[in-house]
Amino acid sequence: MSQEIAIDIKDLKKSFDGGKTFILKGMNLKIPKGKITVIIGFSGTGKSVLMKHILGLHQPTSGSIKVFGRQLSDMSNEEIIKLRIKMGVLFQHAALFDDMTALENAAFPLKEHRRELKKEQREEIARHKLKISGLDEIHYHKLPAELSGGMRKRVGLARALALDPEVLLYDEPTTGLDPILTEMVDDLMYSTHRSHKGTTSVVISHDLHAAFRLGDHIVMLDKGLVKMEGTPEDFINTDNEFVRRFVNKGIRRKE
Amino acid sequence: MISWWLSKRHHLNSSINSFFEQIVQNLSSFFFEAGRTVLFFSQSIKLLFTKPSRFKDLLIHMEFVGNQSVLIILLTGAFTGLALSYQIYIGFNLVNATNLVGPTVALGIFKELAPVLTGLIVAARAGGAMAAQLGTMRVSEQIDALEVMGVNPLQYLVAPRLMAAILTMPLLCGVFDAVAIYSAELLCVNLLGLDSAIFWNKIQMWTDTDAINEGLIKAGIFGMTFSAICTKTGFYTKGGAKGVGDATNKGVVYSMVMIIVLNFFTSNLIRLYHSIMESL
Repeated sequence: MSQEIAIDIKDLKKSFDGGKTFILKGMNLKIPKGKITVIIGFSGTGKSVLMKHILGLHQPTSGSIKVFGRQLSDMSNEEIIKLRIKMGVLFQHAALFDDMTALENAAFPLKEHRRELKKEQREEIARHKLKISGLDEIHYHKLPAELSGGMRKRVGLARALALDPEVLLYDEPTTGLDPILTEMVDDLMYSTHRSHKGTTSVVISHDLHAAFRLGDHIVMLDKGLVKMEGTPEDFINTDNEFVRRFVNKGIRRKE
Repeated sequence: MISWWLSKRHHLNSSINSFFEQIVQNLSSFFFEAGRTVLFFSQSIKLLFTKPSRFKDLLIHMEFVGNQSVLIILLTGAFTGLALSYQIYIGFNLVNATNLVGPTVALGIFKELAPVLTGLIVAARAGGAMAAQLGTMRVSEQIDALEVMGVNPLQYLVAPRLMAAILTMPLLCGVFDAVAIYSAELLCVNLLGLDSAIFWNKIQMWTDTDAINEGLIKAGIFGMTFSAICTKTGFYTKGGAKGVGDATNKGVVYSMVMIIVLNFFTSNLIRLYHSIMESL
């Protein structure tokens, strides 16, 4: 089966201490275009480090990362900035700017990168993004400190969607949320993916249930390497003892 | 006995060695950090002149650093002028030289006290806020969010703060100068009985615009110093709330110490510059 690849990672290694220890130990991974890929694994297996490499925030110690067929290491700063504009990120705690209202947060990427638009036009787009992210209009002029955790995630998602990105990355979006809010955020990610045709979604998560509910393609990391990748069915039918235990018992924090 | 002496001598030698090693280590880390701060400053400030324009942000930060510091500068300036002029009056009265109270107070304020005290106060108020704001933005991933949105955080967050401090510090120093000297006049003329005309005449005789300019230049340098130190410590904050607290504390303390140290060197450099210019 051949499918278009959005992100292609080859033999990616990363060390933060000059080569004494490696967080990523030669990772090979292909993220298909237009699908939801869920990257799961224990804490400390390198999920967030991998995401920062995809965004060009970290430089690999060795190996290569291609996004839309272009090698990140060959890109100039301006090209990386242009590439980042094609990506939207929802951070673990939403990372909203706390001196801006929900509406201003959602309009911020437009203010920076669509300067040809008038303020009213930017606000109209931001209102639309907030609406499809499910935030009630009465909260548009509230500061992040006045919003609940779920509302903040919705504003974060609206901001991530503001420039109609081709790739949406979610960094542990449900960590620390209660089960009802977790389900709400999962549904939000799913509906967003379905309503934005052709968008590639990459979800980094601890949550195995979310991986099975959302993922077209699941990648399991262990000790800086890809332990297994495939469809949810592949994970259920696997013979790999480690993965079977993981699937049967769910993820526990490594002691 | 000899073995006891040898072991004591060995212990003493190693203590002396480790003491000097510690000094060398501290010095090298100081110069390393100073170098990094200069690099951080130069990388950031030039971004202010690149697109997109951050003029509106610059004005917002100028209002924060400058306008919101005016009241505290007025208070500090007024009481510094009162206290200094009173002490100088007491001393000069002993040798019947009260005519020189005005110029002595003026020179002390224009050249040293106004820039240093303005620097210390604004470093504590605005510098501390800069370090805390950027530190909070770092630990809550807001700076990462800016980067992934294709916005250079040095250009958006750091450059306007640096320029705001450099531009507003001389203005605040000017306010300090004016308030301190009028407070000194209020005390000396209205309460201590000095002649107003003599007070101002002697100031005009013994001071010139160079003395005022020296203080204003120094204030600009101190603004550059505290804003570079505080934005850098905030920008590179690690950890959570403790990291923000440490960054703020480090930023303010380093800024204050550097302002006092730099004051000595800039005074001498400016004096050297004037003597060179006079000899030409």
